[in-house]
Amino acid sequence: MTILESAPAGKPATSITTAATTKSAEAKKRLSSPWASLAAIVIAVLWTLPTFGLLLSSFRPERAVKRTGWWTFFTDPQFTLENYNEVLFEGQQPLINYFVNSIIITLPAVIIPIVLACIAAYAFAWVKFPFRDTLFVAIFALQVVPLQVALLPLLEIFVGTGLNNTFWTVWIAHSTFALPLAIYLLHNSMREIPAELVEAARVDGAGHVRIFGTIMLPLMKPAIAAFGVFQFLWVWNDLLVALVFAGGTADVAPLTVRVAELSGTRGSDWHLLSAGAFISIIIPLIVFLSLQRFFVRGLLAGSVKG
Amino acid sequence: MTITDKIIQLVVAVAFFALVLALVLFIADRVRGKSAERWQGFAFIGPAVLLLLVGLIYPALRTAYQSFFDAGASNFVGIDNYARIFTQPELLIVLRNTFLWVIFTPLVATAVGLVYAVLVDRARAESFAKALIFLPMAISFVGASIIWKFVYEYRPNQQNIQQIGLVNQLLVWLGFEPVNLLLIPFWNNLLLIVVMIWIQAGFAMTILSAAIKAIPDDIMEAARLDGVGGMRMFFYITLPSIRPAVVVVLTTISIGVLKVFDIVRTMTGGQFGTSVVANEFYSQSFRLFNIGIGSSLAMILFILVVPIVIYNVRQMRKVDAR
Repeated sequence: MTILESAPAGKPATSITTAATTKSAEAKKRLSSPWASLAAIVIAVLWTLPTFGLLLSSFRPERAVKRTGWWTFFTDPQFTLENYNEVLFEGQQPLINYFVNSIIITLPAVIIPIVLACIAAYAFAWVKFPFRDTLFVAIFALQVVPLQVALLPLLEIFVGTGLNNTFWTVWIAHSTFALPLAIYLLHNSMREIPAELVEAARVDGAGHVRIFGTIMLPLMKPAIAAFGVFQFLWVWNDLLVALVFAGGTADVAPLTVRVAELSGTRGSDWHLLSAGAFISIIIPLIVFLSLQRFFVRGLLAGSVKG
Repeated sequence: MTITDKIIQLVVAVAFFALVLALVLFIADRVRGKSAERWQGFAFIGPAVLLLLVGLIYPALRTAYQSFFDAGASNFVGIDNYARIFTQPELLIVLRNTFLWVIFTPLVATAVGLVYAVLVDRARAESFAKALIFLPMAISFVGASIIWKFVYEYRPNQQNIQQIGLVNQLLVWLGFEPVNLLLIPFWNNLLLIVVMIWIQAGFAMTILSAAIKAIPDDIMEAARLDGVGGMRMFFYITLPSIRPAVVVVLTTISIGVLKVFDIVRTMTGGQFGTSVVANEFYSQSFRLFNIGIGSSLAMILFILVVPIVIYNVRQMRKVDAR
């Protein structure tokens, strides 16, 4: 703040009028700095061009993709949907199967931890029981644990129970790993609900199960949505958990596993890789764009998992 | 398995889960008497705690234990695994690479995110401009790796063969020879790091943009009245005001970077001197089946992450307190 004090007082009238102007005028002023605009545009282009190039390639015929760069599209436009058709439906391992697997994996792996975390968070916030705060801190601290630390023994357990390479292992693993963060976040927003609301219901004779169902759940919708989007993107985009627990068989492996595999085995078939990549990207992109405000909310609340 | 089979499994799983939960809640609701509250509390947290015990706490402890055993997890070897990780040349390269990732990714991603957040703040089409940088966050690491592998793609430098990767085409246009980028020792690490920066810059921008908007208008106005503008405004007003948010972003990205595995695996498979701890953990554990070294690498990851997380949580508290 020393700047403020040492700066000369009584600046020309222009700066005072600037200060008094509206935000839109201010916005124009900012944009008038050409260097700033140029820098912003350069970053935006750098960040978009790689995706654009691959997207464009996914619609170009195989020959064109393999022989010329995607930028030649503008001088020699050729368009086809054949790449998508081939990678989705043709061959030994059509991608459509993995697409279904991804959906089957993701739904329970999002729903189960949310439900479990909601109930647990409610208890941590509003039910009195021994060791409550100690347990909560312990769960909070579990966020520190990278999931790599759990994978080897967890695989042993799963192999021991014969569950390995079924959807169950992936569901259980994702649900478990999501819990510490989910409980922490939902607990935070449950605490924000006024205590009078809960107490009034208690006085009316409502039990915890009823309070949870009728008062808490409706109020928790935004927080649940925030975590839900986050967990959805996490599970859908996950490679590590899927590789370890479901990587062995085409029956359960999700899109990420197959696309990563394609990149290894058919690394130069860019017409297939590009289409495959976009098939795996499209669903999270739609979810992300339509629920973006919840996602941002979640980010700002601290939902960042490693 | 047909699609119908899979859907049946899905329905069975969700129904089973709902049934167990309904039963627990139903019983909890029936409990009466003095200790009812207590039992209800335990019933509510029970399923989550059970899952955490079996799926996270026990496995983590077992990994710590197994990190002192040999590859087959049968003979106690003391700290041999750790000693090997810190002496064997190939594994030292893995540690060096991890270090490169942790240094460069957070710094560059935060810098780009911050600059961009400031540049587009209150500009026309701000939300569209932000979405462009933000979108990579929705893309899986696998998808991002393929996008960038295509950018780095190399075709042998011969007559009649055109480059199809953007970087190499740019090199050719500028009159250089095309290079097989992902094979250049040491520098290929930085090319992989670029992918992570590309993903994380959007995260940095979102958090920092929110922090910038939270700076009270009167501070900015006062500074502006006093003739502070442009660069000085940024360094003397904006940056100090959002310092805690910057620290949160830096540490959060570092935590994510330490665990990065997908990018390295998809782009190079950890070959050509590009492996990192998280990738080496996977290869040692699930390809070479060396449980000892795999467990030690997981523990090293854990030990590296803990201090950053603690610092991160403290900073986050500070941001919240504002």
